[in-house]
Amino acid sequence: MKKPRFDLWSVFWAILALLYFFIPLYGTLDFSLRMKKGEISLLAYSIVLSDPKFLSSFQYSIIMGIISVTLSVLIFVPTVYWLYLKLPKARPVVEIITILPFVIPVIVYVYGINTTFGRPPFRMTFNTFTTDILMVGGYIILSMPYMYRAIDVGMRTIDVRTLTEAAQSMGASWTKILIDVIFPNLRIAILSGSLISFATVIGELILGDFLLRPALGPYMAEVGRDKAFEPAALAIISYALTWISLGLIQYFSRGNSTQRQLTGR
Amino acid sequence: MDQTLPPPVVPAKKSIWERLSETNWIGLVPFFAFIFFFLLLPSSNLLLKSFQDFNGNFTLSNYAVMQNPYVIKAYSVSLRVSVITSVVGGVFGFFVAYAIVLGNTPKWMRNFLMTFSGLAANFGGVPLAFSYIATLGRTGFVTAILKSICYPDPTGAQVCPFNPYDNGFNLYSMTGLVLAYTYFQFPLMVLTITPALEGLKKEWREASANLGASPWQYWRDVALPILAPSILGATLLLFGSAFGAYATAYALTGGSIYLITILIAQQIRGDVLNNPYEGYALAVGMIVIMGITILAYNVLQRRTSRWLKS
Repeated sequence: MKKPRFDLWSVFWAILALLYFFIPLYGTLDFSLRMKKGEISLLAYSIVLSDPKFLSSFQYSIIMGIISVTLSVLIFVPTVYWLYLKLPKARPVVEIITILPFVIPVIVYVYGINTTFGRPPFRMTFNTFTTDILMVGGYIILSMPYMYRAIDVGMRTIDVRTLTEAAQSMGASWTKILIDVIFPNLRIAILSGSLISFATVIGELILGDFLLRPALGPYMAEVGRDKAFEPAALAIISYALTWISLGLIQYFSRGNSTQRQLTGR
Repeated sequence: MDQTLPPPVVPAKKSIWERLSETNWIGLVPFFAFIFFFLLLPSSNLLLKSFQDFNGNFTLSNYAVMQNPYVIKAYSVSLRVSVITSVVGGVFGFFVAYAIVLGNTPKWMRNFLMTFSGLAANFGGVPLAFSYIATLGRTGFVTAILKSICYPDPTGAQVCPFNPYDNGFNLYSMTGLVLAYTYFQFPLMVLTITPALEGLKKEWREASANLGASPWQYWRDVALPILAPSILGATLLLFGSAFGAYATAYALTGGSIYLITILIAQQIRGDVLNNPYEGYALAVGMIVIMGITILAYNVLQRRTSRWLKS
């Protein structure tokens, strides 16, 4: 008996999935190009890109993203390194802590931030600089599950102890070991963790919205309330950004099947 | 306390304090300091305040908010949306994962679906809502296509029976929300269930075939019981991801669908419950539900990873 080339049942589901993926994307693209009646134009894009509020919120989110990701790497690489080298027993505890952001919904988290730091003794939401500290801290917390997992997976593939002992026997200090041995060995893990964290920060709505900072997410929500075509253009721009980030991860971590996402937003 | 008990026999083993002082915790100080300030402090503060009255005295009365009809409604709408989207996304995602792992589909299709799932599972928020408005909104792309399917009826008048908005469809409703959530839910299912499907051994299928089982019997009596914990765990994860979601619903419906996250947002903005402390109780209720969900997911996931390794 000859087997059919493809089994129809599976092909059916695969095609349905492809349609589900693509129709909304195509719909958005199509919509974003139809601002001028009766012709295809980039008008919606040029309006969005020349809106000074877009540019300032975009700039703000990128700067916050870079600061958050940098600090996040600086916190988590030494922490995971230490866990592997000195305290492997504490790893399950830290692991549970790092998935807590999935347990606490972002809206509840920002509620906690507001309630705790928005009044005496902290009063941190009273000026923009300290509010930005809360924003950065919040972004690091929200992206922590991804960052931690990425670095944890990376650390698993290198022999931390041997590398450390070799470096120590040649007289390297702790900072030198971290900078010259551990970081270079983890560069792909750090890159993946950073890119997905960056994508999370760029698209984040709730922190900026409730801490009243001019991030990209709140700007997009505002445009969505009173415009028709610009939101579609914004959505396409934001997909492009996110997907470049995530596509780069997929590209750099090919063949690394142990790394998976836990959840969406 | 019973004071007559003898002190516990100290074993030759070192006490926990001795072991703690030996191990080197110093390297974890920055991490724990950060977690304390930015995660523990804000969340434990909510918990603490949910048990306080206006004068700071201990009380349980804030939790009476759970009997408030608006709160009951918000929780039940949230639960309904989460259950529907996790089941719809779960079933859809399972079949797609099946097609990717076990189905005889073209290789490019499989690679493509896998990559795309990784991207789409991280989708969500405001842009996703925009996409659905552009596609299925009143002037959306798909709506326009369906609207334009017209033909003359027996009397000669033009009828366009496929306009979704004439047939009771409304994007800015529960249906729309379910459609939008499914966009990230089923890829999430694909990602979480794929390892389990890959772990199904060929020998099991062959052995059951040798014993005369039909493919259907193999799935009912062998594969599905093995996969049950993974499927349940993945569905729980989907449930959690829908339950905590806010941005998509907010941008899509402007808050007209009364989810618990929307209610909490209104409480933060303007104290709609007229009692900030009841708001804290509301938030704690959400954390409890999410906590149970993620805990159950972890337990089930651990059970799965045991046989996946063997």
